Amino acid sequence: MGSQWLPIADLAADVQAGKTSALELVEKSLKTIEDQQDYKAIIATTSDRAKERAKTIDGLVAAGKNAGRLAGVPFIAKDNFLVYGAETTAASNILKGFSAPYQASVIEKLEAEGAICVAKANMDAFGHGASTENSDFFVTKNPHDTSRVPGGSSGGSATSVVLDMAPFALGTDTGGSTRQPASMSGCVGYKPTYGLMSRSGIVAMASSTDTVGTLARTTSDAALVVDVMAGRDDLDGTTIERQDSYVGAHASLKGQKIGLIKEWMAEGLQDDVKSVVETAITKLQAAGAEVSEVSLPSLPLALAVYYILVPAEISSNLSRYDGQRYGYSSPEAKDLETSYRRTREIGFGKEAKRRIMIGTYVLSSGYYDAYYKKAQTVRTKLINEFNDAFKQFDFLVGPVAPTTAFKIGAIADPLQMYLCDVMTVAANMVGCPSISLPAGLSGNLPVGLQLMAPQKADKQLLALAGSAEDLLK
Amino acid sequence: MLIMAKLKRDDILKLAQLARLDLDEDEITEFTSELSAILGYVEQLQNADTTGLKPTNQVTGLLSVTRDDEMRDYGYEPKDLLKNVPTVKDDLIKVKRIIG
Repeated sequence: MGSQWLPIADLAADVQAGKTSALELVEKSLKTIEDQQDYKAIIATTSDRAKERAKTIDGLVAAGKNAGRLAGVPFIAKDNFLVYGAETTAASNILKGFSAPYQASVIEKLEAEGAICVAKANMDAFGHGASTENSDFFVTKNPHDTSRVPGGSSGGSATSVVLDMAPFALGTDTGGSTRQPASMSGCVGYKPTYGLMSRSGIVAMASSTDTVGTLARTTSDAALVVDVMAGRDDLDGTTIERQDSYVGAHASLKGQKIGLIKEWMAEGLQDDVKSVVETAITKLQAAGAEVSEVSLPSLPLALAVYYILVPAEISSNLSRYDGQRYGYSSPEAKDLETSYRRTREIGFGKEAKRRIMIGTYVLSSGYYDAYYKKAQTVRTKLINEFNDAFKQFDFLVGPVAPTTAFKIGAIADPLQMYLCDVMTVAANMVGCPSISLPAGLSGNLPVGLQLMAPQKADKQLLALAGSAEDLLK
Repeated sequence: MLIMAKLKRDDILKLAQLARLDLDEDEITEFTSELSAILGYVEQLQNADTTGLKPTNQVTGLLSVTRDDEMRDYGYEPKDLLKNVPTVKDDLIKVKRIIG
């Protein structure tokens, strides 16, 4: 599929050189959003502020000043990033009407380099889901087949990139929410090492695994955006030191030791997905990569670990929505306790309630050791197995999700929906970086290839993914 | 410890109370079966051998991150931070009655 956008670095260079204007790019982006509104990828545009910012950037260029590495480049933020110019709702009724009093740190960093947020993307409310069907507002449609889901929870962001609404979009990835929709919708989805980017100003889901995801058409585009956002932030104590740079030459595949994850190629993987992944592996091998099978025996437990730890953190993080300080507030409640309970009953959707209930259960007195502490200990076991695997291999590879995009409404059982995350949660549990690359099609539906690297090797992963991507085109 | 979670209606009501969440009758019925199924799935961890292993609480190994205890001016006015509050009185957040 051809794109109306040049590579991001070229777009910014053209704006800086006066060959195109920031306003022109913003208007092109806004027009595409309007033309493609039937896909329901976007909750709101930030058009007024975006045009104002574009004029400011064009003014800098006219005055001969440096407008930044992303000068005039439009982007779309998932609706759980606090931005000026539109509401931030995390696609939830309880935050409807919320107007951010400050912006997310990564948004500030992107703006400082001249990027312009043009819209907020739909998502599963609070990030709880794998299809965007849990949005409290509407369901986003898959860009390749409107009867199917785009994946989730960053489904609006993935669809917006594939439909060319902007050169890149931000997502979040707590258990696969950037990589899985990238796989199902057909773009690049990057999840960094935990802590590489600040979580400040992003609606919290599970603080120990929340990361900022980047969705783009190419790895090079994603790497440039990562390069702008990465690094420590005083407003997030879990941020880590960055590497020198995330952009640059692609790494040769020759001699790279890549472990193919045995547990993910087994039972439960849809045949057509398996065959696309196997073909992709053959291409990597033909380019000189040394691919062999690796077993991580505790991997099948990763999803159970996730669905204890993450609801536990969700139940804590969502306790702030109590109707007193911001968000929806039940008008008829006469006392504080009733106000809390009624506000949360009406304001939260069913999946948020379900996860609050699970989290409350696993953290409650008498069950804490059996669930939460046990899960944190199995997490250690998983980390140890990944560390062992990364002694033998530079990278790990496998599918992103067991299936291609499924039909809207096809998965009604919540536990079945949780199983969509089975191949993505491990990277979040161990904190390592992971990328989903478009690997091919099954019929008209995209299939992603997942590559993972050790913690803090984001630069190496992006360099390798750049080469792999060229082979898979 | 082996726990086989089979939640009953009363368990759901207790959890909802702990979470300050009112549920309607349909939700109570649905959650009773759904939560039992989800907990049944995650209970497979109880068979995992974790002898000698410690829980992981921070995945990149950071410990007690601190900053200088000094005031910073982020440039926000109280009215900016209060604009989303449902009920404000004299620049204070007004909550519902606490004691009956």
